[in-house]
Amino acid sequence: MNAIVKVENVGMAFETTKGSFVALKDVNLQIRTGEVVSLIGHSGCGKSTLLNLIAGLTLPTSGVMLCNGREIAGPGPERAVVFQNHSLLPWLNCFENVYLAVERVFSARDGKEALRARTNAALEMVHMGHAAQKLPHEISGGMKQRIGIARAFAMEPKILLMDEPFGALDALTRAALQDELIGVMAKTGATVVMVTHDVDEAVLLSDRVVMMTNGPAATIGEILDVKLTKPRDRLQLAHDPHFAECRAAILEFLYQKQMKKAA
Amino acid sequence: MTTATLSTALDQGLEHVEPAAVTADAVKSGTTSVTPPVASPAPRGPSLGERLGGFMRRVIPPFLGLALVLGVWALVAMKSADFPGPGKTFDAAVVLFSDPFYSNGPNDQGIGWNILASLKRVAVGFGVAALVGIPLGFIIGRFAFMNAMLEPIISLLRPVSPLAWLPIGLMVFKAADPASTWTIFICSIWPMILNTAQGVQRVPQDYLNVARVLNLSEFRIITKILFPSVLPYMLTGIRLSIGTAWLVIVAAEMLTGGVGIGFWVWDEWNNLKVEHILIAIFVIGIVGLLLEYLLLLIARRFSYGAN
Ligand SMILES: Nc1ncnc2c1ncn2[C@@H]1O[C@H](COP(=O)(O)OP(=O)(O)OP(=O)(O)O)[C@@H](O)[C@H]1O
Ligand SMILES: [Mg+2]
Repeated sequence: MNAIVKVENVGMAFETTKGSFVALKDVNLQIRTGEVVSLIGHSGCGKSTLLNLIAGLTLPTSGVMLCNGREIAGPGPERAVVFQNHSLLPWLNCFENVYLAVERVFSARDGKEALRARTNAALEMVHMGHAAQKLPHEISGGMKQRIGIARAFAMEPKILLMDEPFGALDALTRAALQDELIGVMAKTGATVVMVTHDVDEAVLLSDRVVMMTNGPAATIGEILDVKLTKPRDRLQLAHDPHFAECRAAILEFLYQKQMKKAA
Repeated sequence: MTTATLSTALDQGLEHVEPAAVTADAVKSGTTSVTPPVASPAPRGPSLGERLGGFMRRVIPPFLGLALVLGVWALVAMKSADFPGPGKTFDAAVVLFSDPFYSNGPNDQGIGWNILASLKRVAVGFGVAALVGIPLGFIIGRFAFMNAMLEPIISLLRPVSPLAWLPIGLMVFKAADPASTWTIFICSIWPMILNTAQGVQRVPQDYLNVARVLNLSEFRIITKILFPSVLPYMLTGIRLSIGTAWLVIVAAEMLTGGVGIGFWVWDEWNNLKVEHILIAIFVIGIVGLLLEYLLLLIARRFSYGAN
């Protein structure tokens, strides 16, 4: 298997007023083309830190990060990010928000019409074509998150990075968006790295679940292979013994091996 | 006190109107803004009774406040020989506003000309201040070095009363008119510099991250991210500036003379026409309110809901 992302002995220390704070230490991870990996761990363990490193938004203080064999020196459109809080620009409507990304990536190749068509296709993919002309504050939280996902997918990135994409949503909306995401991922075959703190979500969506130890100096504790056939259906999975095993393994890791000390 | 009751009354009464025009920035910078009671078309939703109730709640408190002021004023006027009451003042106002644009030489012009002359000075002084202050604010906000360099100077000069700058203006320009414009310039530049700089420093990291992930060009970053997100701060600065400028112009004109509402007040004091001074106070207040309201409208246009 060819790894598209290689994380080798990566450490991350933040300079704070109280001195250096080691968030990550000795992290090793290989992500293969086309696979869906989720990062799970207790709050504050360094999931976002690791995702931001892959995105290139921050650079590691030690170790090497490679994407397609080249060192990650900064962010780039081949690694699209869906932000935890959607991060749509409030003064642009939904169409314009997606268009900004599309224009940047494809304007060298496509004409105006084609760019518009791409934008509309991305909005349709998340069933948001009807809200194209609305401003972000005029649509619901789940809808905003869908626009954020559309913006990321519209860039046709090699890797899609998502930081708790559904973290702020209620259970029903969350389930609907997960199903939508399953469809989109199947259609595009994208490589996805996703941060989540939801055990069911991790098992439902991913091929591998990366479990992180508690910080400071967090690292990867275990990696679980989810051997469930795709496409997956949440109703059938409820009775699937392997699904239950995976869930149990993650829960055991989080609540026995990595018991969070009461703060 | 009146302002407080007025604004709460407005808040309750105008629920169906657009979300509050007062932006969070305005609240931070400590300005309370009162939207004048506009007669908005009644919404179709609520019943006639509710609508009437809402209307009453909206109209009665401000009306009561006004009546109270008029009552106290009339009482004071009755006790005092040279203080004109509301009636006398109103009569004088009718005469004054029946011919606001007469001109009998430079020292005797209609009140309309005086207001326009003051507004013109404010516009010029404020305009130049905006041209200098807003770019300066961007620079200070964007480059920490410039911030560190200019911050002490600004902190030192900002608390100085604008009127202290008037003699400097008189000395440099050797004429009264540019000197008062200069005073306006000095007093309106600080809020614009500081608010713009603050806006630039507060551009949410999330938006800048979006720009980095999309790898946007510098031009796109400025037009699509920096400018729109600084705009509300800039408008708050502009609003504070205009408010101060209008406060200061009256004082500056009193000192420099010429044509202008401030000088007019002084002139009427010398003529012992107290009712005209009272009228001037109303006029100054109303013009200030209108300026503020105009800028609030603009600010509302550019506030993008809760972001
Ligand atoms: N810029 C920074 N400066 C200093 N410390 C930081 C910085 N960013 C993160 N940290 C610290 O690094 C650790 C990991 O943070 P991170 O945001 O990656 O956690 P997380 O796993 O994403 O948590 P959550 O699930 O709550 O989002 C935390 O202890 C945090 O305080
Ligand atoms: Mg996080």
